[in-house]
Amino acid sequence: MIENLSIFPILGQAIVAVILLFFWRRPKWQRILSIFGSSVNLFIAAALFYFVYEHGTQTTQLGNWEAPFGITMVADLLAVSLVLLTNIVGFVLSIYSNANMVSARVKFGYYAMFHFLIMGLSGAFLTGDIFNMYVWFEVIIISSFVLLTIGGRKIQIEGAVKYFTLNMLSSIVFLTGIAMLYGVTGTLNMAELGRVIPTIENTGIVDTISLIFFIGFGVKAGVFPLYFWLPASYHTPPAAVSALFGGLLTKVGVYAMIRTFTLIFPLSEMNQIILAVIAIFTIFFGGIGALVQKDVLRVFSYLIICHIGFMVGGLSLFTEVALVGAVFYMFHDIIVKTTLFMMGGVFFRIFGNTKLYNMGGLMNNYPRLSLLFAIPLFALVGIPPLSGFWPKISLFGASYETGNIIMLVSFIFASLITLIIIAKVWNDTFAKKELETAKLKQLKYFDQFDRREKTAMILPIALLIGVTLYYSFFSEHIQIVAERIGHDLMHPETYIKAVFPSKN
Amino acid sequence: MKSIILTTASRTLLPLLILFSVFVLLRGHYLPGGGFIGGLIASIAFILHAFANGLKKSRFLLRIHPGFLIPTGLLLALGSAIVPIIFEGLPMMTGVWYPETLPVIGKVGSALFFDTGVYFVVIGVCLTIIFTISEQA
Repeated sequence: MIENLSIFPILGQAIVAVILLFFWRRPKWQRILSIFGSSVNLFIAAALFYFVYEHGTQTTQLGNWEAPFGITMVADLLAVSLVLLTNIVGFVLSIYSNANMVSARVKFGYYAMFHFLIMGLSGAFLTGDIFNMYVWFEVIIISSFVLLTIGGRKIQIEGAVKYFTLNMLSSIVFLTGIAMLYGVTGTLNMAELGRVIPTIENTGIVDTISLIFFIGFGVKAGVFPLYFWLPASYHTPPAAVSALFGGLLTKVGVYAMIRTFTLIFPLSEMNQIILAVIAIFTIFFGGIGALVQKDVLRVFSYLIICHIGFMVGGLSLFTEVALVGAVFYMFHDIIVKTTLFMMGGVFFRIFGNTKLYNMGGLMNNYPRLSLLFAIPLFALVGIPPLSGFWPKISLFGASYETGNIIMLVSFIFASLITLIIIAKVWNDTFAKKELETAKLKQLKYFDQFDRREKTAMILPIALLIGVTLYYSFFSEHIQIVAERIGHDLMHPETYIKAVFPSKN
Repeated sequence: MKSIILTTASRTLLPLLILFSVFVLLRGHYLPGGGFIGGLIASIAFILHAFANGLKKSRFLLRIHPGFLIPTGLLLALGSAIVPIIFEGLPMMTGVWYPETLPVIGKVGSALFFDTGVYFVVIGVCLTIIFTISEQA
């Protein structure tokens, strides 16, 4: 049993999804089963996290094939932390979908696809084989494409086409990279690659392949010249879906980058510069883009891009402290971005749309709600002691120590521009006087919700804000986890040793 | 489309094709064949029947909604992957084989159940798509 532990989060989600497919005409059952299944999976993920934290990296050799030949699942601390966060987000969103998702969409298999997507994410985090990672990316793309298009509104299809084309393109680039890598090394197991790559004398080709991988992952992560699909598609689906996307999808790309550039191709100086330049551009264009948007969901989409720059920038510095900061920032970002998009869903229910100039008066009409919503907004800016502040200490410190002043300046620029954007959002939605707008007839507004529906909408947001507050006031716990992850990432021998216990 | 030739032919072809699909499914482990192609052949049998006799009759022939074949097949495939964990304490997806050879079927192992799962999923997906399209047309 214990040697299979690292596969259970994937298996659990798969079982839930398949059971949900049996009930595809019964939305009510699906809702209950989804919440139940998500809570069980949350428990599994927490157990796995605890086990890995106590006993070190766990591996499973699928099909009982020895490591470089079969597919290995590796549950190291970075992977299991992300799986845990994914499951927290999944649990919260399956409650949130209750109020947010109409039954017609549920009948098209919304919940099953939702769980398949979480399965794909867990798989991408846990796999120790680069081709298997490609397969999980495909699972993610296909299920997210279905989630984007369910409902079939014109705007959704438009966003989905852009999303799908660019992500398919990135998959092709990724696959090309895999083919070249296999041609050069003759293996696809990530731990084996980590051993073989340093022995290859032709470093030129290794650097080339690593940059092909960077382009492939860069599209998924939404870094500078490759991010245009993201703001074009993220505001189109229902809030529960965009919350899932906004919180997790780009982070898979960042995770893949961190994994490949520490374990397989430790960053050369040239690649470090390329990553740093791209991170700076990402921060700059994401920030400027967010500043000029008029739709609150599009503002949040551009903020995702801006903050991806923090993680890529942290990776480009390539010191242990910087990686600790990048990983911690990723943990913080997953929770906060999900909360923001869920708040976007609440705005939509209150105002009937998400245009900034149509909003206003939230502070007068919903004072308690405003107080609640202020926490994630301020956490995003990084006002101490909220969660955005702590990873920035590591990131700023690392960029100062490595003498990379341009990176330091752009980090500060990103923080400031985030502050300006959040101030603008706050002004327009909360502080501004309420506007008289014609109410849409077919939409059920927030004040028409009954108690149960209101709870289903606000409780998940409150839960995630609870997680944010935990990050804020017990940040030393997260810092300890992040430091261990940073140490593991800078010393890939531990990872390799876990996959090949006998040989080393 | 009413054609006496097609109707008569489909009556014979339906059992033949289904039998052939099972044959392809069973021979698939070491030889060309397997669950995917077997499922395609089986769904061709039903699609041909639907073309010849109308959708209503094929739906009646199938008894269940083809959509239910998808989760059934997935569950079967998933079960075959989990079996080694539960009974043998081996990693997931390890091939578990029944030691003796059975007549007609040959050696039975977890791979066969995985293939059968794929077989059902393919039938379910193909028939759901084709039935939905021809319903709307």
